[in-house]
Amino acid sequence: MTQHPEERRLSGDEVLRVEHMTMRFGGLIAINDLSFSAKRGEITALIGPNGAGKTTVFNCVTGFYKPTMGRILMRRSNGEEFNLERMSDFEINRDAKVSRTFQNIRLFTGLTVLENLLVAQHNALMKSSGFTVLGLLGWRPYKDAAKEAIEKARYWLEMINLVHRADDPAGDLPYGEQRRLEIARAMCTGPEFLCLDEPAAGLNPRESLELNTLLRSIREKHDVSLLLIEHDMSVVMQISDHVVVLEYGAKISDGTPKHVQNDPRVIAAYLGVEDDEVDEVLEEIEEVAEEVSHEHEAGQPTGDAR
Amino acid sequence: MTAAAQPPRIPSDDRLKWALREALFAGLISFGMFVLYVGLETTQNIRNQLVLNQRWGLLAILVAIAVVGRFLIVYFIGPWFAARKAAKAAKTEVPTQSLLRRNIGWIALLALLVFPMAMVWLVGPQKSLKWVDNYGVQILIYVMLAWGLNIVVGLAGLLDLGYVAFYAVGAYSYALLSLYFGLSFWTLLPLAGILAAFWGIILGFPVLRLRGDYLAVVTLAFGEIIRLVLINWTDVTQGTFGVSGVPKASIFGIWSFEVGADNNFAKAFGLRQSSAYYKIFLFYVILAMCAVTAVVTIRLRNMPIGRAWEALREDEIACRSLGINTVTTKLTAFSIGAMFGGFAGAFFAARQGFISPESFTFHESAIILAVVVLGGMGSLFGIAVAAIVMIGGTELLREMHFLKTIFGPDFTPELYRMLIFGLAMVIVMVLKPRGLVSVRNPTAFLHERKAVSSAFTKEGHG
Amino acid sequence: MEYFIQQTINGVTLGSVYGMIAIGYTMVYGIIGMINFSHGDVFMLGTFAALIMFLILTSLVAGMGVAAMLLVMMATAIVMSSLWSWVIERIAYRPLRGSFRLAPLITAIGMSIVLSNFIQVTQGPRNKPIPPMVTKVYDVYGVTISLKQILIVLITIVMMTAFWYVVTKTSLGRAQRATEQDRKMAALLGIDVDRTISITFVMGASLAGVAGAMYLMYYGVATFSDGFIPGVKAFTAAVLGGIGSLPGALLGGLLIGLIESLWSAYFSIDYKDVATFSILAIVLIFKPSGLLGRPEIEKV
Repeated sequence: MTQHPEERRLSGDEVLRVEHMTMRFGGLIAINDLSFSAKRGEITALIGPNGAGKTTVFNCVTGFYKPTMGRILMRRSNGEEFNLERMSDFEINRDAKVSRTFQNIRLFTGLTVLENLLVAQHNALMKSSGFTVLGLLGWRPYKDAAKEAIEKARYWLEMINLVHRADDPAGDLPYGEQRRLEIARAMCTGPEFLCLDEPAAGLNPRESLELNTLLRSIREKHDVSLLLIEHDMSVVMQISDHVVVLEYGAKISDGTPKHVQNDPRVIAAYLGVEDDEVDEVLEEIEEVAEEVSHEHEAGQPTGDAR
Repeated sequence: MTAAAQPPRIPSDDRLKWALREALFAGLISFGMFVLYVGLETTQNIRNQLVLNQRWGLLAILVAIAVVGRFLIVYFIGPWFAARKAAKAAKTEVPTQSLLRRNIGWIALLALLVFPMAMVWLVGPQKSLKWVDNYGVQILIYVMLAWGLNIVVGLAGLLDLGYVAFYAVGAYSYALLSLYFGLSFWTLLPLAGILAAFWGIILGFPVLRLRGDYLAVVTLAFGEIIRLVLINWTDVTQGTFGVSGVPKASIFGIWSFEVGADNNFAKAFGLRQSSAYYKIFLFYVILAMCAVTAVVTIRLRNMPIGRAWEALREDEIACRSLGINTVTTKLTAFSIGAMFGGFAGAFFAARQGFISPESFTFHESAIILAVVVLGGMGSLFGIAVAAIVMIGGTELLREMHFLKTIFGPDFTPELYRMLIFGLAMVIVMVLKPRGLVSVRNPTAFLHERKAVSSAFTKEGHG
Repeated sequence: MEYFIQQTINGVTLGSVYGMIAIGYTMVYGIIGMINFSHGDVFMLGTFAALIMFLILTSLVAGMGVAAMLLVMMATAIVMSSLWSWVIERIAYRPLRGSFRLAPLITAIGMSIVLSNFIQVTQGPRNKPIPPMVTKVYDVYGVTISLKQILIVLITIVMMTAFWYVVTKTSLGRAQRATEQDRKMAALLGIDVDRTISITFVMGASLAGVAGAMYLMYYGVATFSDGFIPGVKAFTAAVLGGIGSLPGALLGGLLIGLIESLWSAYFSIDYKDVATFSILAIVLIFKPSGLLGRPEIEKV
């Protein structure tokens, strides 16, 4: 519906582009003139201190909030383009194939694990059930489609190692498994662009490692590009190809993990320094870096001095 | 009240003292509550003036009941309840269902099929009327209404306090269209359902964006609007006088139950004239309608739409993130629920032969909702049991003539019907907030079907 | 013009009563997010308490002044409504706190049925008329204003001022607002949350009691079923004004009263309730936060 094939605005390797997005809540400016883009087949991480507006960006991209200003463009692998800011949340998932998870997990806790994954295949199943009418009459193709849906769910349960819990209520799973299940559920909608809101929050190191493997295989095997918000820097640095750093609703850095890691503005933001002090901090960091290198040359690590 | 919260290991001496104190307190409170309303009665004397009538004896009885009841609750029932709760919490496993439990639906259906015949055989055609009509048909009407509302409230989690409006639409559609256009019951039955569903869509479309309590209130307002229009649109609906002489249903147009008709059922089979045949016929009609409702509900639950309803009840935002159009999903639940209400309404009009806005008050909505919630939202079996207990139970009150010998000849047990109904609503809800049947059967399984305890089921966010 | 002013005055009087009942809805909704469905029936209990006290006073105490009688009636109504509301909250709502959201709403509906049927059973189903108490009428440029109308508006102003003071200036009001914002946090900070909620119920009920006594004085009649329609209208008022907001409840009450009396005057008296309910639906559909309420941002 929001497709303009004659007007290609994204280059071939871009999957999502946010342009000049601003979001206001009353007088509060949550996001201020933010622009960034995510490349196809890459894992883009969105990081920043608490309250930087990361989740708000997510909510705008996935249609739960309407940005006050700006454009959000999404390009599917078949070349279709969508203006996400003009679409409502469920259309963004259904038509633009953008899927998401939530910071505070939103599973259907009273439904079983399997049912959670079946609900995610709603639109496909609705079509094959002839919008319920044919399915109600016991139409054969619907029965096959239902079986296929269960097989798809089984595939994802294998991916997240939860086949044995398929018939238990989702609310009964431990936290880490709930996180994985939510990702599997998002994948069952058949997305091309997956947004994960703090997928590693609350996971233990082993689970965190498993998550990395899962996300990589999602990207490689399923041709899905990812956008993730994450606080766990080890996750960010290990798996992301591209990092965007936000502070107070504005972008302060954008580049490879290495680049961002060494960006003094990012360091300042995480250490909590005022804007006008950034230069000072920059100098200090340089000084410290020099000192450290000198000390290393002298063979005296500072940490052991005491 | 707070008894269950008290740990059961208080030394019995202290507990006795505590219980006595609680009982005394309850006595004082209940005295305060009842002193004006029970102790004194406002009645009119011959000159139509209000005078007070004193009833201190009755007041004393009520206060005594409160004192003794509170004492028993605190001293005996509370600890027992707490112990049982603890025992229950220890074993979380949902018990596997026995053979009887699993086939209860079929057994119940069989029992219902033979019920009218058995009644005729047991108490004779004339006396069976009461059992088949007042109990059988009436309870089944409520079962059907509650199952219809269950789709809206129990599955989709949308709180609808105006459900009776669709019942009214169905009833008036049948009554008016059959009177003015002479259409038969079997043509109008589907039409009444379609009209009700249509109204469901019209009313639902603007309000279904609202959440939870607000939705409840708007539906309540719509229910009242429809009732008020029925009262005031006198040219068509005869207002409060109601529509009388609504034609009876026939056996598919072949045999009629109208007394003067040539193809009268009793005449055709050379039987003695009796209204019992019609009632028995109606019993099977409503039984079939209930069966259809149940089958459709069970099938819908296994469709993507039914699963989406339940998902919607659990978490609407998550549903939207999965590409589910929540407005149309809610609308289908609302209109399908309304459709069953419309069917039941048409049946009700055919059964009564007379309808007036009196039958479609808010209380009726509240009763239907109570049956759904008390039965355990989403569980067809639980709802049916709740309908039997609540509707049948209050109907039984009429039978309790022996109460007159206790409370005197002026005692009319029917008066207490709604009072007991309300109290039951409160008590059952407080003791079992999840209703009678609080487990949910999953719609699909990979290894084995395990019932899900309602402890995981989330509230409806409307 | 006189007719319009006359109807406006009638509307304001009616609206004051609705506004006072609406406060109870709005406060309870504000603090525990629940529609206290039985509140309308608590109001009805207030009218009956006033009625019975009126009969006691006229039959036992001869020659009592009207003002004193009104005061005693109002006090009785306040005590009765508060007591009942307190008990209802204890036995029907408190055990369900933290249970699923529909549960307290169901018990509230159940309680509403219990209360109206309790009065029907104990006091009989008939209308209970009393002789007019306050009959004085003033004529101002062709518009008649009765003393009882003035009294109702005055009492409303006094009660509202007192309430506004309690809620905004006292520590009780602060505890209420804290509980409203975050119940757990309030409890951690040493606020007795259960007690605060109880007090909120009692406060709302006492206003409903006053409203009940005034309703009896104004109309001179009471019935067991009087709780439902005024209750729903007062709820409409609370929603219209923005649920959770005290001034909103009063404003909403006045608006509903005005709409009702003007609608009856200029359109059709039969459809006056339809008008009120339609307004409720329209407000909720287009501006669910009401006139003075804060808009809700959906938390994702």
